[in-house]
Amino acid sequence: MKSLITLISGLTFGTGLILSGMANPAKVQNFLDFFGTWDPSLSFVMGGAIAVTMPGFWLVTRRAKPFFNDVFHLPTRTDCDVRLVSGAAIFGVGWGISGFCPGPAVTAVPMAAQGTIVFIVAMLIGMAAAKYFIILRDRCVGDLAGKMSQL
Amino acid sequence: METEFTPILSLLGGGLIGASTVLLMATNGRIAGISGIISRILPPSAAAPGLLQGLFFVIGLLVSAPIWMVVNGQSLVQTVSDNLPLLCAAGVFVGFGSVLGNGCTSGHGVCGISRLSGRSIVATVTFMSTAFISVLLLRHVIGA
Repeated sequence: MKSLITLISGLTFGTGLILSGMANPAKVQNFLDFFGTWDPSLSFVMGGAIAVTMPGFWLVTRRAKPFFNDVFHLPTRTDCDVRLVSGAAIFGVGWGISGFCPGPAVTAVPMAAQGTIVFIVAMLIGMAAAKYFIILRDRCVGDLAGKMSQL
Repeated sequence: METEFTPILSLLGGGLIGASTVLLMATNGRIAGISGIISRILPPSAAAPGLLQGLFFVIGLLVSAPIWMVVNGQSLVQTVSDNLPLLCAAGVFVGFGSVLGNGCTSGHGVCGISRLSGRSIVATVTFMSTAFISVLLLRHVIGA
């Protein structure tokens, strides 16, 4: 039951992306192109999504726990660090030059455009690389902290 | 290349995206952040909690377009660049940046902003800015 609802959730998300036009990277790029062929549609997508998510999250998290889980997994961090900002900046460059972010790119895979497949493979490699990078960085920071404490 | 401004369809599609994130939160108690869901499936540490549910969510995304095309009886309008080296670089940036920055358009832009998370608002303003500058350079300076 839980898996079926998760699948329906994914299907709803994908259908929303298609209906809103966001599965078309040209439409996303046009949102970012104020000085050219500007298409403000994406702001309506975000507006529509937030208009449902904001009251929806408020309502469902008033329950003690989710229907099929023991706790709500909500992010608790509030500090903005270099990692957050540099990651978002790098992400934005890729999003701008391709018009693809992860959700629309996965949704567009079945249409099998050559560019989409290249993008997806590169994205998966980039994600795995970042996970390794974070582990290595944390280890280096840990080593450094260890050496500092010995001084 | 011009695309048609579609305020009503985009608002409705956005509403569906919102419904999906609320459904996932109500049942799994998780944020519908696509980059997080996909990256949890990848090595290293691929056995993270929520892995199986992540797979089901991705399957849901993957069947959306085929179901849409069968129901509507027509293919999707889509223009993907054929500049493969550019798309390859973009893919690496999107993958690396979204994992490093703990989220993408869905996790920060929709779910995070809806929770009024300061981190997500900073992330969204940052990626919108660099994306805007990238398109400006690509289309109006380099002229690709």
